[in-house]
Amino acid sequence: MHELPITQHILEIVLRHAQQADAVRVTDIYLVIGQLSSYVDESIQFYWDVLCRGTLAEGAQLHFEPVKAEVACQTCGARSPLAQIGQGCPQCGSLRLKVVAGEEFYVRAIRVLTADEVQEEA
Amino acid sequence: MSVKVISVLENILQANEQVAAENRARLDAAGVYAINMMSSPGAGKTSLIEQTLRALSPQMRIGMINGDTSAASMDAERGAQVGAKAVHINTGGNCHLEAHMVRQALAALDLSALDLIIVENVGNLVCPSGWDLGVHARVVVASVTEGDDKPYKYPNMYRVADVLVLNKIDLLPYLEFNVDYFLQGVRLLNPEVQVFQVSCRTGEGIPAWAAWLRERARHSALP
Repeated sequence: MHELPITQHILEIVLRHAQQADAVRVTDIYLVIGQLSSYVDESIQFYWDVLCRGTLAEGAQLHFEPVKAEVACQTCGARSPLAQIGQGCPQCGSLRLKVVAGEEFYVRAIRVLTADEVQEEA
Repeated sequence: MSVKVISVLENILQANEQVAAENRARLDAAGVYAINMMSSPGAGKTSLIEQTLRALSPQMRIGMINGDTSAASMDAERGAQVGAKAVHINTGGNCHLEAHMVRQALAALDLSALDLIIVENVGNLVCPSGWDLGVHARVVVASVTEGDDKPYKYPNMYRVADVLVLNKIDLLPYLEFNVDYFLQGVRLLNPEVQVFQVSCRTGEGIPAWAAWLRERARHSALP
């Protein structure tokens, strides 16, 4: 459900950057989504297909770039996947852990078509 | 036509975070301390608010912003009955509160007549954790009837908490709830979290929680 407002934000960001670049079309959008951000690719795609209609980004392909959640041990410094810390740091057993990856949620880049100056003159 | 890749690197939640920062500035300017109370449905957020109001009001002037997915405003009414200035937000089915909803609710409250605002989020252990509302502390309410594995299953919610209130401890003798295992799951990802164990039914533990809140609000008050 909450992917609807999120997808609107994505569209706003994409269109703003596309317009700044004088793009005539957006063909691809690269989204970095950390595992901890709790957004579902399929839901974003579902709302995207509806929201992008009639905009510069209509039909643009969404590319989801997932980032696995990782913790860093504050005692020994080891990095481990969040999924493996049931009983503390897998290296030293410490209970002092800090999430260092997996919270990402941003538009990394877009691929656009721009009208060539030559064509514009013609 | 030519193809161009444009680097964007823009946080998708930035619009929310901007509004959250405005909310925080507004609260700070008015000397009002605010908390975002989150939990699963039925953990006892509204009961905790009622107990908190009984402990702190009328010495402290308390406002309540209550988010629900429907027009049912009984939680706000429960708060109002024990003396809170209550504003009800119908999220229209949305599963969490966002900063702009809180901004609207703040506009409906006279901040100069308040010391503390309790924002009661939509009952949900997933989505509310990702949205900064512009308040000063995130309080997660857990209850022993939910089971002691919840911090392991919903790490994000327990990780963002500044304070954890474990409710319904009067039921511990009847349940297989291992408090140590539960707290270990919380502290694994959140070693700094402040924990209060309470029973809203018997009132046990409420004074310590209320004292913490009173102290925080005092620090936020204008000189």
